[in-house]
Amino acid sequence: MKTLPKVDVAIVGGGWTGLLMSKELGARTGLKVAVLERGQPRNRTAYVNGMDELDYAIRLRMMQDTSRETVTFRHSSSDRALPLRQWGSFLPGEGAGGAGEHWQGETPRFFPHIFEMRKRLTERYGAAKLPEGCAIQDWGIRYEELEPYYTRAEHLLGISGLGGADPFEGHRSADFPTPPMKLNHISVLFSDAARALGYHPCPLPSANLSTTFRNPDGVIRPACEYCGFCERFGCMVGAKAQPSNVLLPVIAKQKRVELRTGANVRRIVHKDGKATGVTYFDATGTEFFQPADLVVLSSWTLNNTRLLLLSKIGGPYNPATAQGQVGRNLTHQVMGSVQLLFDKPLNRFMGAGASGVMIGDLDADNFDHGPLDFIGGARVIASSSGARPIANFGAVSSSVTATWGSEWKREAIASFDRIAGIGAIGEHPSYRANYMDLDPRYRDQFGDPLLRMTIDYTDNERKLAAYVSGKLAEIGRKMGASEVLLPDPLGRYDVVRYKGTHIQGGTIMGANPETSALNPWLQHWQMSNLFILGASAMPQNPSGNPTLTLLALTMRTADALVGKYFKHPGPLA
Amino acid sequence: MKRRRFLTLSATALGGTLIYRLDRGFSVAHAQSSGKIRVPLRFFDEGQALIVAAAAARIFPTDESGPGASEAGVVIYIDRQLASPYGRDRHRYVQEPFEDGVPEQGYQGKTTPREVYRNGIASLGAGFDRLKPEQQDAQLRKIEDGYFFSLLRQHTIEGMFCDPMHGGNADLIGWQLIGYPGPYMSWAQDIDKHNGVALRPKPQSLAQVLGHKTTPWEDES
Repeated sequence: MKTLPKVDVAIVGGGWTGLLMSKELGARTGLKVAVLERGQPRNRTAYVNGMDELDYAIRLRMMQDTSRETVTFRHSSSDRALPLRQWGSFLPGEGAGGAGEHWQGETPRFFPHIFEMRKRLTERYGAAKLPEGCAIQDWGIRYEELEPYYTRAEHLLGISGLGGADPFEGHRSADFPTPPMKLNHISVLFSDAARALGYHPCPLPSANLSTTFRNPDGVIRPACEYCGFCERFGCMVGAKAQPSNVLLPVIAKQKRVELRTGANVRRIVHKDGKATGVTYFDATGTEFFQPADLVVLSSWTLNNTRLLLLSKIGGPYNPATAQGQVGRNLTHQVMGSVQLLFDKPLNRFMGAGASGVMIGDLDADNFDHGPLDFIGGARVIASSSGARPIANFGAVSSSVTATWGSEWKREAIASFDRIAGIGAIGEHPSYRANYMDLDPRYRDQFGDPLLRMTIDYTDNERKLAAYVSGKLAEIGRKMGASEVLLPDPLGRYDVVRYKGTHIQGGTIMGANPETSALNPWLQHWQMSNLFILGASAMPQNPSGNPTLTLLALTMRTADALVGKYFKHPGPLA
Repeated sequence: MKRRRFLTLSATALGGTLIYRLDRGFSVAHAQSSGKIRVPLRFFDEGQALIVAAAAARIFPTDESGPGASEAGVVIYIDRQLASPYGRDRHRYVQEPFEDGVPEQGYQGKTTPREVYRNGIASLGAGFDRLKPEQQDAQLRKIEDGYFFSLLRQHTIEGMFCDPMHGGNADLIGWQLIGYPGPYMSWAQDIDKHNGVALRPKPQSLAQVLGHKTTPWEDES
């Protein structure tokens, strides 16, 4: 193993959070920063030829290669875990920019309730309201502390939206930097119907960009073209905010920041309770030791957890005793979307990942759960993200039972542009029984154990999904749908159907070192020169898309590093 | 050396321009009306290709509601996919042990798409392509709950509606059929208009939109 010259900061993973941290440190300190990213380099023009549904959205060309590394999954600790042999329920990205390249670009702020969910639910309904085995806990920070960073993150990305339109949103110190996106027909139908039913529709906060925008770093991006190729694609024109078009152009000019691609980090090396650097393989299979004074782990939820376990940092979580910090509170999402069949064409091929309308009325604790037998809510959206034909062809009225042959073909052609969905993305509370550890049987390309996910839904989520689907059906009928296709009742967690890539937990933040891995500054409680960025810090899964919150948390940590830590290295809490 | 293999088709069997009549019937116009074309095969032999083509044509038939898998060249698409790294599970996690799990754990089979097709074609039997359509449907119904059929159905949809650089959707016939315009660079002037009224611009392939060809993933590596 070759030992490299020491750097001040080694950052593991070149996605949104790792690159944002490197940009902040590059701009505000003279520190030597190395970002180690295992995938390929990218730039602003990486996607001009990429509008191909088959290669990108079906064969998943931008995602991590499962032949080299995947995760295993089982429902409970008494089951046998098997590997995800291909991706299904979530899509980890790879390469510079990570999953931030192929995202939709929805950027809600989390409601104030989210950060103090346990406290507020207990105060309002009593502790008995929480489902059995529930492990939700508070973040250790309040919305008000994060608000200035939400504003900064919105201005970094140029978020499009309408300030004050969502009555459930927390206080905002500034309006959105750009106006809301244009809306297509289905979003307008939804908006009108929802308002008529007493809900509060508002434009989706969007990183797709409604107009040309210059951010505080001087980075200029053009307006969205509504081509319909956002999620699973990089943006062809650079309108959708991606690390490759927001952060890399700035980092490229920072002489003290180096982005090292093809660098696959295997361990965080530590001695006497302090991180001393990381080891990694480069693309040729040569192993290096990169010494560093400070290590920032920002390699996405699952890999953040896995690297801590492989590096033997912190106590692995034990579901039998609920002791241990690393791997706890694994959550994903709860889907309750409905499909609506109309008797008119919808031109659904047009769209943008985050152009649409949402209501917060059925989300979080924005409605009274007193008479209900579940906790949590769902983010409800009608969007027009662009319906591509391979993924969307085949849905038919429930009166048609055939799935192939002449009748199915005729009906599927007729329905192709007349079906639209209302999405419901539900909260997933954390539970004692849902967690991550290392798999005893399956290994990656280097022979290291894969991460094992143990996760299932409970009746709480099943009741939530059924409740919200029922409300969506009412809205759908009000929209004029000729038929509402309800989803199958929520059964057990599966890794087959896509639910969004918002897997969370594993290295959660909190106020108590017994039950969290990170303090509210995303600093490891015991190893003070290790910071961990990303959704692995979230103690439970809010319904909202996490990216904006991750960016805000990263900026807050960057402020703490620059303002306090580098002056006096040590615990910040 | 491996002998090159071909699928021989009449020039009017593939693609064409779909024209709807006022009575909602349709016809397909071709620039060339006679002669044969020979499509080089990368994975199947001609007998296998004819069986897969026949099965795909029952999943997505050519009938009164329009052209189907035959006109789109679905079998050519599938042949290229199976010949590519995808066909040999190049990007799939294939470490042992392979064990059966619960459905929520996803497909755990060891067989590659190539092997699934070889076995599936054999299960349909030589001469499947020469059976009557009702007999073919009866055969397919026997296997419709199996993995081969689900893969064939998915690949048929892919071959109907993929960009034509992948070998299917010949002359954009699949996109013409459903009114999908292809990867236009901008709908910024249209996104908030045409409410409830069909907007159906002439479909364009990615190469037409870009003005140059791009390499499909199956032709790399």
